[in-house]
Amino acid sequence: MAVSTPTQNSAISGLDSLELAQRQVGSRSARIARKAWAAIWPKLLAIVIVLAAWQLFYASNFRGDTADHLVKSPGYTLGDLGDQLAHGQLWQAIEVTVQTAVIGYVLALLIGSVIGAVVSRIPPLRAAVGSIISGLQTMPSIAWFPFAIILFGSTESAILFVMVLGAAPSIANGLITGVDYTPPLLLRAGKTMGLRGFALYRYLILPASLPAYVAGMKQGWAFAWRSLMAGELLVIIIGHLSLGILLNTAQDNQDLSGAISIMIVILVIGIVVDMIFSKADLAVRRRRGLLDSAAAS
Amino acid sequence: MSLIQRQGAPSETARAVSGGASALPQPSSNGSSGQGPADGQQAAVTLTEVSKVYGRGPAALLAVDRLSLTVSPGEFVCLIGASGCGKSTLLSMVAGLDTPTSGTVEVAGHRVSMMFQEPALFPWLTARKNIELAMRARGVPAADRRRLAGELLQTVHLSGFADKRPHELSGGMRQRVALARALAQDADLLLMDEPFGALDAMTRDLLHDELDRICADRSLTILFVTHNVREAVRLGDRVVLLSSRPGTVIEEYPVPRSGPRRIDSVQVAELASQITDRLREEMSRHGG
Repeated sequence: MAVSTPTQNSAISGLDSLELAQRQVGSRSARIARKAWAAIWPKLLAIVIVLAAWQLFYASNFRGDTADHLVKSPGYTLGDLGDQLAHGQLWQAIEVTVQTAVIGYVLALLIGSVIGAVVSRIPPLRAAVGSIISGLQTMPSIAWFPFAIILFGSTESAILFVMVLGAAPSIANGLITGVDYTPPLLLRAGKTMGLRGFALYRYLILPASLPAYVAGMKQGWAFAWRSLMAGELLVIIIGHLSLGILLNTAQDNQDLSGAISIMIVILVIGIVVDMIFSKADLAVRRRRGLLDSAAAS
Repeated sequence: MSLIQRQGAPSETARAVSGGASALPQPSSNGSSGQGPADGQQAAVTLTEVSKVYGRGPAALLAVDRLSLTVSPGEFVCLIGASGCGKSTLLSMVAGLDTPTSGTVEVAGHRVSMMFQEPALFPWLTARKNIELAMRARGVPAADRRRLAGELLQTVHLSGFADKRPHELSGGMRQRVALARALAQDADLLLMDEPFGALDAMTRDLLHDELDRICADRSLTILFVTHNVREAVRLGDRVVLLSSRPGTVIEEYPVPRSGPRRIDSVQVAELASQITDRLREEMSRHGG
């Protein structure tokens, strides 16, 4: 009885491989290629549809705008964007805006995480701060600007202030939700293993809340980016050349193709950062098997 | 060997015992005491007149009623009973996750580990890391952790799956990782709360053999809760039948150990049907 027989061993490994057999489909490279194509074609089609609609609008000469040289063709505008990218000014503006975005977001991340960590530990605070957070989230961030400008003047601080107000609640909320939904069974298992105090946090509660925390960070970024764009349009800082300023200048000059060029840059930055967050989100969830197998393959 | 004694919360022993007793609804019957360990040998687990009440006042629920049970070191005791017999409550109290309202729980030895119906593995860690974490929690040096985890994976026939995460394993494999993790806690006492309840019959049979083999190699005391009478007879040295609501011991059945057992053997079937009859009798008491 003490020694497992060869029959037992082979029965166990046989059962194991039978149970896992159906999970591998196709070769690795073929799966990657299929996945890449599935991810790319909707985006390609979207770009084609937008350009086609734009070209149609241009060709229709709606209100005579095309004849007035107000509306330019996609080809002309993309050429304009190319020209601007060849000059230093646009890159300088991108640098300023991205820098503000990073500072604002990191501040929001720090403040949101600290608030989230503290609030999730103290139940009475939990209910009160929860309401404050949802309240803050319903407030459109643009409505904070008069307040921020009165408080800080037309400075970068005003913009950062509104960014933090927009992003920190989402981040705090993500962390609190994650801690709240740590499965009770895992907590029991962790406690019987002898995990207590800080170790319980470090090895169980924090990793368990990571998916919700990352989702909160992603949402926080979306809020921060929107607040930043609104801020750069509303808060005119002297000698501060940002994408918002370039957009304002284009508006003042009635330069539609210039405005569209800047909008394309803003869109691309937003999409790229969003993709990074989505990737992180996906990676975290895949590690835990939180994606169903159809979505994961 | 150290002795851990649980009477309510460790720090407020006296209050938990005396204060709790007065709040008890009138108990119906007295629990029979366990067989007791052989002379001169210290029991692994001693439950003395343990009661557990949930809630207060008229809504109070007596989950466990003056239950007494003694488990000898190295013994494999199966607790069986219908729903509401307080089996899980009992295990929680022995594990120290819960405290009795009155009575005492004494656990000899230094460590208790627990297995649940769900594997309760940490989904972000690989099989190996799950096992290593249990050792980290009790302060095993990093170098030894890896080696010991490898040995334990071998014990449960999962060496080839060390770097898989729980979601990449089948239900039976996950439960074996959970078993390896429980063993990694180097416990003298292993509490198992319906650990094979969610598995299919074939996998369960194989895991019974595995558990037999693992127990034979170690000096483990096991307290095993199950709904499955045959499983209890297949595995246990002793089967303890509990009444329902409140839970208390109604009958104990020593299982004669004579060589390897199979769940489909005649001896297992005979004792199982005897216990099942007694269990049904107990359940019908609640029907009227």
